[in-house]
Amino acid sequence: MTNLYQKDVLRHAAAAGRAGRLENPDGSVMLDNPLCGDRVTIDVKVSAGKVSDISHDVKACVLCQASASILCDKAVGLDADTLDHVQSQIIGMLKQSAPAPEGDWEPLHVFKPVADHKSRHACVLLPFEAAIAAVRNAG
Amino acid sequence: MSNVDATDYHVAAVRAQFPIFEREVNGQPLHYLDSAATSQTPRAVLDAIADHEMHHRANVMRSIHRLAEEATEAFENARGQVAKFLNAASAQEVVFTSGTTGAINLVAYAFGSTLQTGDEIVISQVEHHSNLVPWQMVRDRHGVTLKVLPATLEGAVDLTALAEIVTPRTRLIAVTHGSNVSGAKTPVVPVVEAARAVGAKVLLDGAQRTPHGPVDVQALGVDFYAFSSHKTFGPNGVGVLWGRADALDTLPPFLGGGEMIRTVTMEETIYADPPHRFEAGTPPIAQAVGLGAALTWLGAQDLAGAAQHERRLTGRLIDGLGDIDNNRGLVRLIGPRELNDRLPVVSFAVDGLHPHDICQLLDGHGVALRGGHHCAQPLMDFFGLTGTTRASVALYNDDSDVDAFLSGLDAAIDLLTP
Repeated sequence: MTNLYQKDVLRHAAAAGRAGRLENPDGSVMLDNPLCGDRVTIDVKVSAGKVSDISHDVKACVLCQASASILCDKAVGLDADTLDHVQSQIIGMLKQSAPAPEGDWEPLHVFKPVADHKSRHACVLLPFEAAIAAVRNAG
Repeated sequence: MSNVDATDYHVAAVRAQFPIFEREVNGQPLHYLDSAATSQTPRAVLDAIADHEMHHRANVMRSIHRLAEEATEAFENARGQVAKFLNAASAQEVVFTSGTTGAINLVAYAFGSTLQTGDEIVISQVEHHSNLVPWQMVRDRHGVTLKVLPATLEGAVDLTALAEIVTPRTRLIAVTHGSNVSGAKTPVVPVVEAARAVGAKVLLDGAQRTPHGPVDVQALGVDFYAFSSHKTFGPNGVGVLWGRADALDTLPPFLGGGEMIRTVTMEETIYADPPHRFEAGTPPIAQAVGLGAALTWLGAQDLAGAAQHERRLTGRLIDGLGDIDNNRGLVRLIGPRELNDRLPVVSFAVDGLHPHDICQLLDGHGVALRGGHHCAQPLMDFFGLTGTTRASVALYNDDSDVDAFLSGLDAAIDLLTP
């Protein structure tokens, strides 16, 4: 079971890069996971359709914290469609045994063991869902 | 530690009747501490369901053939077994529903339809969503006022507020018999007295209470009592609404369809008497048979011994959480400190750790827990938490379950705490 909680996952969760709230965001979305009460708020500033600044406020499990941390570390400069594509890759990795995202998103490999735990998939996906909605709302 | 309590309660003999404990989870013995969500089922119940389905399966109260007569008899026998468990005045006061939620929704819809704008319904902040959301729906549908008894700091219904909250416009007080989060028992006498003083009715949500033995609805003096089979050692898909005969008689039907009618023309329908008035469609027959078997099985156990055993294990859980905390202010226990004031349900929060992470790591030790808001978000808001982790005890748990929980939690905190 501890394979879900590898050091890299705990490190990303603890790093909590870009944690907090933005002042005057262009888009802001709060999402709840009704199953467990996880709550994620993503704030974004958007320029020409692309993320120029992003933050997360997460009251959730380690997996959700780590996912939000990685997301916010990599999202600047990307548009909603690109984030949507990354989210699709995560879904493929978790649900369809597809390869994990590569390149800038290689840190998401830490979530491969989550594939065996369907009840935890939403924990990883929730920050991406909120971020995509926030960018689209800002547009 | 010994698995024999001072009362000579032999938990091993009880546990041996539950086939699920023959399996392992993640290479570990199963330590099932999630009975407040769903209890396990003894072989006697599984056998009763299988026997019914293999030898007596048919629809009830319809066809004229041997199997149908046997199925009807088994179904109505189950109603009698429920009536005996609840000490109901008559089996006709027992309505089979889909569960506690179905039972409360039935009362909310049927009783709610008799209310007028300005009438008041009283619930509490401690309630499970199943005894909260249906009343919000009644409020929105009929313009009644929903009033809320606050929670105490121990997560019990604050009955000192009854005098202020209950008024001559109160028509119903609907509260839990015992909290699924804090485990706090609700003293029923003050609730009934407050209701009677203004001519209001009382509904108790007994979902967490019935797994611990028979209930005497006549002695309680309430009007409606709801509980679920799947938390009371029976199968999923069936539950019970008990209603005093005069309370049920005045209610209009909830769902319409077969079974619940006396006569139907194209112009009108004359409804059946209770309980069938409230059992539209083919009921969960084998499930009701299983529930009846479960209640009979439970009634045959050493319940006094089981209660003392469950209380001792609950005390060990609470003391163990205190030992793990070790005055660090890390572990926050939810619920009454006094064991006599609580059901064997132990919720807690660990500072900085999410319940799902704790549950996931404990699963690796074979320990089954529940984490989250427990369908009681207003109570979580009261405690300033998004969720808790909950260990709940039933009469088949033993010291090995408590040991595995405490050692697993210690390890989980070590792993997750920087």
